[in-house]
Amino acid sequence: MASLNVLVVICMAYVVLLFLVAFVADRSASRGHRGGWLRSPLVYTLSLSIYCTAWTFYGAVGYAARSGLEFITIYLGPTLVMIGWWWGLRKLVRIGRSQRVTSIADLISARYGKSNTLAICVTILAVIGVTPYIALQLQSITLSFSTFAEADPASQLNETTTVFWVAAGLAVFAILFGTRNLNANERHHGVVTAVAVEAVVKLLALLAVGIFVVWGLSDGVSETMDRIDASPIGQWQVRGDRWATITFLAAAAFVCLPRMFQVMVVENEDERHLRTAAWAFPLYLLLMSLFVVPIAAIGLELLPAGSNPDLFVLTLPLSQGRDGLAVLAFLGGFSSATSMVIVAAMALSTMVSNHIVMPIWLRVQGDGASVSGDVRNVVLLSRRISIAAIMALGYFYFRFSGQGAALASIGLISFTGIAQILPALVGGLFWRGATRSGALSGLTLGFALWLFTMLLPALGGGLLPDSVLSDGLFGLSWLRPQALFGIEGLDPIVHAVMWSMTLNTAAFCFVSLATFPSPMERLQGAQFVNVFEHSVGPRGWTGQVAQSEDLMVMSQRILGAEEAQAFFQKEAVRQGTHSDFPEPTPAFLERLERELSGSVGTAAAHAMVGQIAGGSSVSVEDLLAVADETAQMLEYSSQLESQSRELASTARQLRETNEKLTQISQQKDAFLSQVSHELRTPMTSIRAFSEILRDADGRSETDNIRYASIIHDEALRLTRLLNDLLDLSVLESGQVSLNMTVGNLAEVLDHAVSTALAGSEQPLKVLRQTSSETVRISSDLDRLAQVFINLIANAQKYCDAETPEIRIAVSVKRGRLRIDFVDNGSGIPLASQQLIFEKFSRVSPEKAGGAGLGLAICREIMQRLGGDVRYLSGHPGGAFRVSLPLSSEMAA
Amino acid sequence: MNHTDRDDANGRQKTALFVERRTYRHRRLMDIARLLPLTGALLFCVPLMWPNPDPYPAPDTSGGMPMSEAIIYMFVVWTLLILASLAFGGAVRRWAENWTDGTDQPGEDAL
Repeated sequence: MASLNVLVVICMAYVVLLFLVAFVADRSASRGHRGGWLRSPLVYTLSLSIYCTAWTFYGAVGYAARSGLEFITIYLGPTLVMIGWWWGLRKLVRIGRSQRVTSIADLISARYGKSNTLAICVTILAVIGVTPYIALQLQSITLSFSTFAEADPASQLNETTTVFWVAAGLAVFAILFGTRNLNANERHHGVVTAVAVEAVVKLLALLAVGIFVVWGLSDGVSETMDRIDASPIGQWQVRGDRWATITFLAAAAFVCLPRMFQVMVVENEDERHLRTAAWAFPLYLLLMSLFVVPIAAIGLELLPAGSNPDLFVLTLPLSQGRDGLAVLAFLGGFSSATSMVIVAAMALSTMVSNHIVMPIWLRVQGDGASVSGDVRNVVLLSRRISIAAIMALGYFYFRFSGQGAALASIGLISFTGIAQILPALVGGLFWRGATRSGALSGLTLGFALWLFTMLLPALGGGLLPDSVLSDGLFGLSWLRPQALFGIEGLDPIVHAVMWSMTLNTAAFCFVSLATFPSPMERLQGAQFVNVFEHSVGPRGWTGQVAQSEDLMVMSQRILGAEEAQAFFQKEAVRQGTHSDFPEPTPAFLERLERELSGSVGTAAAHAMVGQIAGGSSVSVEDLLAVADETAQMLEYSSQLESQSRELASTARQLRETNEKLTQISQQKDAFLSQVSHELRTPMTSIRAFSEILRDADGRSETDNIRYASIIHDEALRLTRLLNDLLDLSVLESGQVSLNMTVGNLAEVLDHAVSTALAGSEQPLKVLRQTSSETVRISSDLDRLAQVFINLIANAQKYCDAETPEIRIAVSVKRGRLRIDFVDNGSGIPLASQQLIFEKFSRVSPEKAGGAGLGLAICREIMQRLGGDVRYLSGHPGGAFRVSLPLSSEMAA
Repeated sequence: MNHTDRDDANGRQKTALFVERRTYRHRRLMDIARLLPLTGALLFCVPLMWPNPDPYPAPDTSGGMPMSEAIIYMFVVWTLLILASLAFGGAVRRWAENWTDGTDQPGEDAL
């Protein structure tokens, strides 16, 4: 019987072996042996086996002993994910490599516009979900130790101290090999290789126990099958909903678990390794589960009732006195637990340090990346402390969770918690419309539901009061944690998974649809979804402002002096410059940022380069701002253009006004001279005749009368002229007051004709159509009559026909009343037609009786009345048309 | 998901009626890639249709499906899926090696 001390020695030797393996692998990787078996797909496949933890190593048999074949679903999910690698994992790995992501939190953050909030959410979720899982591993190690302790009466085992030392040892291992270097590009060869070795050990251990059971305790396959059928689990009995749910859960967790993401994406050396892992890893899982049912069935048969089925793998060989086999099985379980704990602690510490500790530290430092001191050391230190803290969390969880059955169910609970990341992850990979708000709300809702429906009820211990459990939150029965919305009778796991995943996905989709992503999100979304199409860098940097020296100083602190110098020199060679420092071209900045992001995460690297580059990073937002500025400048220049156009038109208007003013001034001068001329003629004759009357004697009475009447006539003419002038000026200045009345057009015409023809020697024949003249008009009838009189008098004066006649035609067209005055004379010559409405213009001065103001006054009057008067060319004789608006009441 | 069809035409998808034999093989490979996990999931769900054992079995009847047969079915399906995946990996190596080329470092050739 192996004593506990021997076991501890073997255990120590095994750990030392693992240290050696890790050390050698690290050394050989750092020496540049990059080919060879270290980078083979086999190591990659085996490293994936950290999926099989102690929970699956020991627990699968216990699971099978309790629920039959249902345990297999834990392996079926990952198998389906692996054989669908071409359109799932391949994309994930490609994105992980091209974006240099360091953890699943980093990936989610990078996808949704480098949002650190999301990264923090995922990190917290992962820590809460995985810590119990770590505790579970510690428990399994302790249990296996105590199994041996029971078999060895001489030994005394203090479980608490055992767990403490196991946890401490694992923390040391993880710190030593997990935080040796910082760049994800260099990867943790040591850890991965050790994990691969452990994978082989646990597979061999389980196979060995299985073979011993089938061919040692039983007599070959067929007898084993018979004994299985005869055992309590001898019949097919699974619940369909649990079957499907757990398969889905395992598939989701396989992708989302931080440790799986670490080995699958971050530690991936070559995308082509997936091709091998696609069949090799399912094969590994198959072999791991091949002997689970036989071990469970034979264990149930041989071991005393009440023995813990979770430990059949150990107790079965022990009970048969096969100590060597039992120790191998112990090492298998130990391997499963340690590899999981180490990688999980590493992955979680990366997340905690990159997304929680470093941002806080950078902010506390204030000056950002330019402070003195070695950021590299800070990152490493924060990771080491994180590992220690996570292990401590697991340890205390184990200590205070009752160390009992509560832990047994923690595996699926942990899976469900981690699976809440799935919608955001899958949506981010395949749907460009997924937004940060959507991911955030989905995650938060799913996380809350998981806490409420699964973790808190499972933990028990007063975390969730019994009243809540039985009566629902706030006494609302539809808020019972295990019968949400009144749906009862579901298996608790199915219930929790269904509600949390459904509502998570729904929230994610709806909020994504309702919100609008920022430019950075859209850019990253395109980069992720179409990663195979354009694998160019996700963003650009503009150089010139960033100083290479500053970048060098910063990079040295993060990458280490040698690495940074080598990187810079390589870049300088690439650029073809002869100095040690490459030009800060956008491409260089981008590569540098990627290099840094391997150490501190994408968001932090972006921020750091951004700080050094003086905020000259060209993010899409910046580009948009630039575009805005350009648009503003364009707008400004177009404004200028329109202003200059305006100025030009104003100048033109001014010029025109000026010309007009000059013209008016000239007109005024001409008018004045005309007026004085017009005034001088009657004045001259008045003066002459009045002088004759005064001076000359001996005139006859008739002469006197004649002279006096001439003076009188001239005075009358003067008065008329002055009246006309006054009239015109009143009309032109717009100060005329119109006396608007309603009347009949025919009456106005009657009055005008009789007035115009009164006292004339030459008879003018007036032709009228009285039928059309009966139109009611609303106007200043006196003024209108004045116009008519003027026109008829003109015809009378100027018509040179033998029997002069004037035809007055009235018509209505387009709402206007038109009165045409057409005589049968020779009309007005074309050249004079433009002038007749000007002041003092007379077509034939010899016939002039007036001052040439008549038509000018007519036009002014008509314009005041809203109408017009114009000369109608195209008629043989003189023709004038007076038009007036017909008001609506007139038309009625 | 159907990026592959577009790879050939450099982002511009021109749906040709007849394509090269190699391109045709590419596309059928994609079909397999999508079908494989679906088929697997369906096959793994077949046992759900088996009858659960009778709680009061009549004497000399087996009741439900014996565990040994369930185990054999599950592991045979599992093995077939692994073989199919192996064959698919080989086909990818033969027909689409360049697509899984892990050496291309995005950004390196972005200059």
